[in-house]
Amino acid sequence: MAMEITQFLLHAQSADANIRTDAEGKLKLFQEQNLPSFLLSLSLELSSDEKPIESRRLAGIVLKNSLDAKDSTRKENLANHWVSIDISVKSKIKELLLSTLGSSVLEARHTSAQVVAKVAGIEIPRKEWPELIGSLLGNMTDPSKPVHLKWVTLEALGYVCEEISHHDLVQEEVNSILTAVVQGMSVGEYGPEVRLAATKALYNALDFAQTNFDNEMERNFIMKVVCETAVAKEPEIRQAAFECLVSIASTYYEVIEPYMETIFQLTSAAVKGDEEAVALQSIEFWSSICDEEIELQEYNDFESGNAGSTPPHSCFIDKALTLLVPMLLETLLKQDEDQDQDDTVWNVSMAGGTCLGLVARTVGDRIVPLVMPFVEANILKPDWRSREAATYAFGSILEGPSVEKLAPMVHSGLEFLLNAMKDENIHVKDTTAWTLSRIFELLHNPSSEISLISPTNLQRILGVLLESTKDVPHVAGKVCSAIYYLAQGYEDDGASSSLLTPFLPNIISCLITTADRPDGSDSKLRTSAYETLNEVVRCAKIPETAPIITHLLPVIMTKLGQSVDFQIISSDDRENQVELQALLCGVLQVIIQKFSSTEETKGTILQAADQIMVLFLKVFACRSSTVHEEAMLAIGALAYGVGPEFGKYMTEFYKYLEMGLQNFEEYQVCAVSVGVVGDICRALDDKVLPYCDGIMTHLLKDLSSNELHRSVKPPIFSCFGDVALAIGEHFEKYLVYAIPMMQGAAQICAQIDDSDDEMMDYGNQLRRSIFEAYSGILQGFKNSKPDLMAPHATHILQFIEHVSKDSRRDENVTKAAVAVLGDLADALRSNVKILFKDHTFYSEFLGQCLESDDEQIKETASWTQGMIVQAFSVCG
Amino acid sequence: MAPHELRRPFKRPAISDQQKRRDLSLIRQEKNRLDAQRHARFLASTVLSLQPPADSEIITDSNPSPEQEFELVEEGIEALELDVRQAAKLKGTEARRWFAKQLMLPEWMIDIPDRLCHDWYVLARPAGKRCFVVSSNGTTVSRLRNGTLLHRFPSSLPSGARNKGNSSSQSYCILDCIFHELDQTYYVTDMVCWAGFSLYECTAEFRFFWLNSKLVETGACDPPSVYHKHRFSLPTVYNCDQAGLHASYTQPTSYVKDGLLFYNKHAHYQTGNTPLALVWKDANCSQYVIDTDSKGQILDQQQVVLALQENGKLTTSDEPPVEFGCLDMEFIQKSGLQTGDLLKFSVSDRGLCFTDGKLEKADIQFISKSNRARAFADSFSKIMFQHMVRHSPLQIEDLFASITSSAVKDKEVTDEEMAD
Repeated sequence: MAMEITQFLLHAQSADANIRTDAEGKLKLFQEQNLPSFLLSLSLELSSDEKPIESRRLAGIVLKNSLDAKDSTRKENLANHWVSIDISVKSKIKELLLSTLGSSVLEARHTSAQVVAKVAGIEIPRKEWPELIGSLLGNMTDPSKPVHLKWVTLEALGYVCEEISHHDLVQEEVNSILTAVVQGMSVGEYGPEVRLAATKALYNALDFAQTNFDNEMERNFIMKVVCETAVAKEPEIRQAAFECLVSIASTYYEVIEPYMETIFQLTSAAVKGDEEAVALQSIEFWSSICDEEIELQEYNDFESGNAGSTPPHSCFIDKALTLLVPMLLETLLKQDEDQDQDDTVWNVSMAGGTCLGLVARTVGDRIVPLVMPFVEANILKPDWRSREAATYAFGSILEGPSVEKLAPMVHSGLEFLLNAMKDENIHVKDTTAWTLSRIFELLHNPSSEISLISPTNLQRILGVLLESTKDVPHVAGKVCSAIYYLAQGYEDDGASSSLLTPFLPNIISCLITTADRPDGSDSKLRTSAYETLNEVVRCAKIPETAPIITHLLPVIMTKLGQSVDFQIISSDDRENQVELQALLCGVLQVIIQKFSSTEETKGTILQAADQIMVLFLKVFACRSSTVHEEAMLAIGALAYGVGPEFGKYMTEFYKYLEMGLQNFEEYQVCAVSVGVVGDICRALDDKVLPYCDGIMTHLLKDLSSNELHRSVKPPIFSCFGDVALAIGEHFEKYLVYAIPMMQGAAQICAQIDDSDDEMMDYGNQLRRSIFEAYSGILQGFKNSKPDLMAPHATHILQFIEHVSKDSRRDENVTKAAVAVLGDLADALRSNVKILFKDHTFYSEFLGQCLESDDEQIKETASWTQGMIVQAFSVCG
Repeated sequence: MAPHELRRPFKRPAISDQQKRRDLSLIRQEKNRLDAQRHARFLASTVLSLQPPADSEIITDSNPSPEQEFELVEEGIEALELDVRQAAKLKGTEARRWFAKQLMLPEWMIDIPDRLCHDWYVLARPAGKRCFVVSSNGTTVSRLRNGTLLHRFPSSLPSGARNKGNSSSQSYCILDCIFHELDQTYYVTDMVCWAGFSLYECTAEFRFFWLNSKLVETGACDPPSVYHKHRFSLPTVYNCDQAGLHASYTQPTSYVKDGLLFYNKHAHYQTGNTPLALVWKDANCSQYVIDTDSKGQILDQQQVVLALQENGKLTTSDEPPVEFGCLDMEFIQKSGLQTGDLLKFSVSDRGLCFTDGKLEKADIQFISKSNRARAFADSFSKIMFQHMVRHSPLQIEDLFASITSSAVKDKEVTDEEMAD
């Protein structure tokens, strides 16, 4: 059943586009028409040493892509396709793959190892390829097998471990894999290629080795081999060994104490003198230890008084502190000449500074005396590297130590830093701006007793910052960030007036000038400037700044209007337009939301609403196929702001809303559009009715789609509730579609894997949204057609009961559940009497809610109690 | 080398505003949704809450301080959320104004409701001060109909005293009472909230059932003690059939009677004037059938209190108001009267003329501004009742007759059905 496909595979790589497209088409057709035969043909191609390497290589790649994909939905589909193939075909393919591991052609071997792992990823969890591990291990234990087979077998084992979870193997298999791998890592056993492959395989197998790490003898042996490998002759092997150490630091933190001295020697030598890639991993080791200890400390804080049950904190950072900090400070002096130009640079000095920051968060005040002498000794040196390193060190330790410890230093250092914004070296200025922004982020708290900013120094600070927005883009960007945090400090300070207000017109005009810089768009400076503007507006005090922001509104509107008329020639032009419009819509959204939240300022939005809406519609019209997420977000805010008046925009706007609801690919756009439906329902109430057929159709399609990102689905259920509450009895015709979806989703909630935190979160969101949907529908029908929900009451009660017995539900779910309970009693009255008598769980659940610490839950529960009492009191 | 994915943000501008905008939008939408659903949920039970003052509102205090007035308007939105616990903290005019609006005000019985014997309860009304009793946070407060404070005292009501661990702020009670001076007892005529649980939305049938079962349990009906300064008591509530009406009208009570109170069994507790609770009296069951002056002397002529509207019209406290006449602007200016003032008038003998039950002409004479303690103008039913008392009163015999005839009618209906 296999076909000869060498020609197609070769043609598919042809330089001639026609030949290439034709061949690709034929391959695709073959794949669609007969997948088993297609995969078999590919494996045959890959396994045949007489075939050209080019076609074998492509055969391997196509095979891999037929088994696995990044996108999880597609990945699942591919796996299902494979599973459904006839077993004899699958066996043949697997046989061919395993035999290819022994091929004399290196590339074919490697590719085959990867494909084997992809098949293993599907089959091993299903227990459908039990003989694989044994067969691979056979290659390792049989002395007669060639070294090149052992090499690729180790690779294959590594890849397989990467694909599967440790639940999928029995301990004996794990033991044998580790034995084979550790043996492969030993010096002199085989050549360096095998040693590298073995070390990488160990990295992937570490997660499987819990039992082995619990056993002291085995652990000693593994650690001994890893540490020996960390000083291998070949830098690549050393790097791989350090990667293993990093992984061990986080996975087996609690048992590595005995090895810490050795590891410190190894990492310290590597940081001082090894190649950058190795040094970076050595620093990463310590960063990982910090991560573990910070997490332990947070956990202990959280669970204080419960010391017995917490994992041990070994204080590795604390013990190594006096040696570790100088080592890290040394790294800060190893800057690259152009590191600030390029966002993708990651070097020893950055990794060192990052680690220093983590150390500060781990040990707090104790780091200060170890770092400050370095700062003081270097900050005035003529060499820019010294000044930059000193500033970076200072900036790195601003989080962790107490405010009391830091405040005096920052107070006395602030003026110095402000002066340093005029340093002759841009790296120094860049790091200084970053340090200032961290100071404002972490230590600027106007409502606390220790306040950095006074009316006297604020003018000086802003003078320097605003002047520095004219500096080179990367410095100016960090200055924007400093202004962002400076403004943020006043957001929740409880005062009605802010020191910043008198400077606001200046700050705003400066940020707009910065955003307009011709060199701003490439370096993200434009984005930083507008995002800072947003925060400045968000944190401004209303009403005192209302006139200033009122003045800003037309400025932004004019800019958005101009952007619509940009001449678009290249795709770059288009991209630039889209990006700028996104930023400007963002600012408008922030202003609309700010002004809509108080009665005094609402009028400004109402007045400008027509013009704003026209602009948004023009922005939508700029793009033919997709809608603008930012414009959509802003329209939601506008609908909230103008209320029923929004109705007049609906005829124009509706088609874009539909486009948004159908945008499966950019799921954020879809999610935002769903949110806007809610805003519109609340704004228009029953006036939204004419649009509901369309809206509901799209929402139902979205729910049934496998393509759409699952995170959008809970908001859609909540949105059902919004629609139902708005249109009341008119929701009747959608019930027959909506209810089965809600019941299906409730079913899914019951089956969610509770060992997966992320899935638990999702399950909670889903439940809450289903409850919100029921609440909206029950309330919507309450006055006119409550009986429509009577047939569903049992299911709703069962669902609430199920959720009420799940101790891992979050508070929002509880709140929504107890509310539905009341809505049910309120809407159905005496009809639910018998049901409630059969579902006595509700009294215990209500009792729990009434004792909750959450006032809203208590309030809702006592209302619900009243509704139930009332349902019982009604005759009938 | 590519930056470490976890560590990268350290020295980069950390601000990503787009996600923040999305998140803030979501938070706003979530809040709006909760508010919308919450609003729908509490719509019917927000009777407890403070309505923003209407422009034409009648106020007790003829000269409210402008500052207080402003605060109340400004707090309009929050004030809607205000419940009785917060209201308990209100002071002065605000408190009076708030509480004055919380009571259900029975209309005077000027004709007999259909189905009196099926749908109604009757009880002998104790003579005394109608008041609202609120227990919360370890204290009990009673307020008169116009909102002024009567007593502040410890009681055995839930959260009514600081003695036992019952002072949870959640667990407040609101009772509709009449304070009977002679035995210093609060006679409970209705229950509005019990232990934090609102009964506004419950039928009278349920409220009385609840009242009977809960009040005794708490010890509120026990004799006074240190933590229970005033006794509470329950007037006997009867079904309004022959026996019930007879008992309430003739049976001796521990208190001085002041007429009969009628409650429609299916009616919810509704603040303000309602025809679903009625009061009736005659000389046998009340000392005060015809209005008296401050010395207890029956007035020669009926007096009425009406509210002055912007256009000079004089209206009752009903919703919608009933118009009784009009003052000319010159007179208003000359007398220094203001919109919203409550004015006292005398009604000349046979001064009210009706056509088909509707007021056609009222012959009334201005006397003076009303007493400052008044919160409302008279209701239409009160004026009518007083008018009828003086001319052609509704008598107890009429009530009995209506019950008998209704029983006969029922029997006829049953007979007809059987004949079918």
